[in-house]
Amino acid sequence: MAMTKANIVEEVYKKVGFSKSQAAEIVETVFETMKETLEKGEKLKISGFGNFTPRDKKTRIGRNPKTGEAIEISARRVVTFKASPVLKAKMNEKAP
Amino acid sequence: MTKSQLIEAVAGRLESVSKKDVEVIVDTIFSCMTEALTRDERIEIRGFGSFVSKIRESREGRNPKTGEKVFVPRKRTPFFTVGKELKERVNSVEGNK
Repeated sequence: MAMTKANIVEEVYKKVGFSKSQAAEIVETVFETMKETLEKGEKLKISGFGNFTPRDKKTRIGRNPKTGEAIEISARRVVTFKASPVLKAKMNEKAP
Repeated sequence: MTKSQLIEAVAGRLESVSKKDVEVIVDTIFSCMTEALTRDERIEIRGFGSFVSKIRESREGRNPKTGEKVFVPRKRTPFFTVGKELKERVNSVEGNK
């Protein structure tokens, strides 16, 4: 089972004295603020978790892997994630 | 933007919630996500993206400085895939292209 926003809202609800709908609104606002920051092209650094970085990609020639046909991939801005060493260490506390 | 600036920004948008509460909530969000990845559980945040834990097999690596052989152990690594909404929003601003 995957963890979803609903599971996170549940945990937040258990932790603070807000109603479930308030907890949901706050969690939603956190993710919306994160999205807006990245949309502005600003890097997002969450210490202990990782960094989200918007990156500008230049136009390049790609290939349709099915047909082998060359196609132009337009310039775009993408988001990359680099995990914090703290997160990686926690994930490897128990031998994988 | 750092985590503390994120907390400031969220607190600024929600007048009825104190900065202290936002801080607890933001920390809860990321610790929940960290725990899920530690359990090898997928995370799906609709509109933002998903995180999965993948295994990187052990390999014989080399110290790029000295050329010396080193053993790199098997380990878990998190991977992030950008969600549809965030992907479109990040790429939609004029002048980005």
